[in-house]
Amino acid sequence: MDALALLIATSLNAGTVLAIAALGLLVNEKAGVVNLGAEGMMLCAAIAGFATVVHTGNFYLGFLAGMAAGALLATVFGGLVIWLNTNQYATGLALSLFGTGFSAFAGISYVQAKLPEQTQYAVPFLSDVPFLGLALFRQHPMVYIGMVLMLGLVWFFYRTRTGLVLRSVGESPESAHALGYSVRLIRLSAVMVGGALCGLAGAYLSTVYTPLWVEGMVAGKGWIALALTTFATWRPARVLLGAYLFGGVTMLQFHLQATGIEIASQFLNMLPYLATIVVLALISRNPAFIRINMPASLGKPFYS
Amino acid sequence: MSLKLEARSQSSTLWTYASPLLALVITVVIGVCLFMLLGKDPVRGLQMFFWEPIRSGYAWGELMVKATPLLIIALGLAVCFRSNVWNIGAEGQFIMGALAAGAVALLADKDTSRAIVVVVMLAGILGGIVWACIVGMLRDKFNANEILVSLMLVYVADSLLGYMVNGPLKDPNGFNFPQSKTFEWVTQIPRLFSGSRMSIGLPIALALAAALWVFLFRTRAGFAQQVGGLAPAAARYAGFSSRKALWTALLISGGAAGLAGALEVAGPIGQLTPYVPAGYGFAAIIVAFVGRLHPVGMIFSAILMSMFYIGGELAQSRLGLPKSITGVFQGLLLFSLLACDTLLTYRVVWRIKPVQRAP
Repeated sequence: MDALALLIATSLNAGTVLAIAALGLLVNEKAGVVNLGAEGMMLCAAIAGFATVVHTGNFYLGFLAGMAAGALLATVFGGLVIWLNTNQYATGLALSLFGTGFSAFAGISYVQAKLPEQTQYAVPFLSDVPFLGLALFRQHPMVYIGMVLMLGLVWFFYRTRTGLVLRSVGESPESAHALGYSVRLIRLSAVMVGGALCGLAGAYLSTVYTPLWVEGMVAGKGWIALALTTFATWRPARVLLGAYLFGGVTMLQFHLQATGIEIASQFLNMLPYLATIVVLALISRNPAFIRINMPASLGKPFYS
Repeated sequence: MSLKLEARSQSSTLWTYASPLLALVITVVIGVCLFMLLGKDPVRGLQMFFWEPIRSGYAWGELMVKATPLLIIALGLAVCFRSNVWNIGAEGQFIMGALAAGAVALLADKDTSRAIVVVVMLAGILGGIVWACIVGMLRDKFNANEILVSLMLVYVADSLLGYMVNGPLKDPNGFNFPQSKTFEWVTQIPRLFSGSRMSIGLPIALALAAALWVFLFRTRAGFAQQVGGLAPAAARYAGFSSRKALWTALLISGGAAGLAGALEVAGPIGQLTPYVPAGYGFAAIIVAFVGRLHPVGMIFSAILMSMFYIGGELAQSRLGLPKSITGVFQGLLLFSLLACDTLLTYRVVWRIKPVQRAP
């Protein structure tokens, strides 16, 4: 039982990195912008957050630094794709390549650096409940922030006027423009929010989840987060659920190793990537299903 | 005074050529600032990147050694990008090519015929094609996004390489290092001259560039291939199959990346190690764009990218800068290029006074 509770607990934790990044990407995709630079933003945010914590000792400043780094890179990306109408795929790819290079460059002197001791969190009373306590209530606050973020986005997208405007910009920017909304500024804001959340996920990854800095440590989580928005057919609740499932797949490899099953670790390493491919193929099999749910102007430039 | 972008009636020929150069200038300017920020002499820094790699015959040879795989991969990617197929997993196809070629090379012993080199190269091509076929099948039959699938397969290929050099292909006498034994001399890709590491890979790459030029600009199939990328509706109307374009693009790019992997592993590297992937698959994406997806342009951009690689290594050994500075410059170059390409379809207009409108 304890092993299962532990699997759930670690899956939620691993899923939180993916969830926060994917929910961020969901915001800009709802506004019609695909940002393939997620991996690069997360890497730069990871080193920005890590370095901040090393120097200040304050984890919350680290998260803020990560968000700032993510938002800054997203702004550069947004300026290019929204005002200069550059190809969103190519520009996002450039951001990922740049982020990978830049984070490795900036992080070289932090490779051996150590972070201050982490606080152990536990929700009073609830954490002592058998099974559920270990599974759900001894998490880092960020895990709960991820859940609240999902609920907040559901409310924002479907219950507020601003959310409706944001979605209309993603569905039909021409109509939104005709109604007098500034399509470009709305898209830029969405891209910045997406970058900030990817940054938060990156900083959480490097300071709390695996508290160390290694070159390329995001290891494809940015790309998996991108795939998650498609899996979830652009619904926040499904994004969160999908993220936890993928967190589970990531964790499964460690738990399988612990049970002593004889599989080479490299094959277990492949699991999250193979799972992404398989799920992507299954979900995309019906093109009409994807098309109905996808923001209609996703990836398309807006000319006024 | 205001700065405005105004659409051109047709795209500018001048900027087709000038934009990559302007992007390079912008990258260099940012690079100079970066060097100064790090307290390094910017002139010395630029020397490492733009003078040292071309100052001697030997240096030129090394430049070509690195430009060869970049060019071969980029040639394949150009077919993809021209037909709007976003294969960004060339790195994975490169790894699989290297792995397949390496597995064949390990079968050879001292008495094997020199002809095995051909088999090694064919195995590399096949390895890359198999990996690209997975992308093609999932795109074709399951409509799965090829960007994500091809990229995920890079990680899978990397793990597979890790498994092979830790398991079945590990050198039994290698002190438990995760690497294969060194390949026999007979499998070595023939070199052009003694004393240089340049191999027949270079003439192969140039021949492929010429072949690509003929295919793209002188054959009907090449034309049909590109129409789908430029105007999918027109391609459908003309009866050009988008499925055929998808498969052609993936088979060519997968095969090219696999060949590059074979040439690397049986050439300069000479054994399978976890360090076979050096990011050429990703750098080749930049080579393809900076070279305007044109065979001749990509020859120049492959040499430029090779300079970035060598410059990064020199900056590490002589200036004490991390080698990853190469990645920073690569990313910056693609960013600036995309920004500069705006000038292809727009002109920048300075307005001193607001335009007077007719009453």
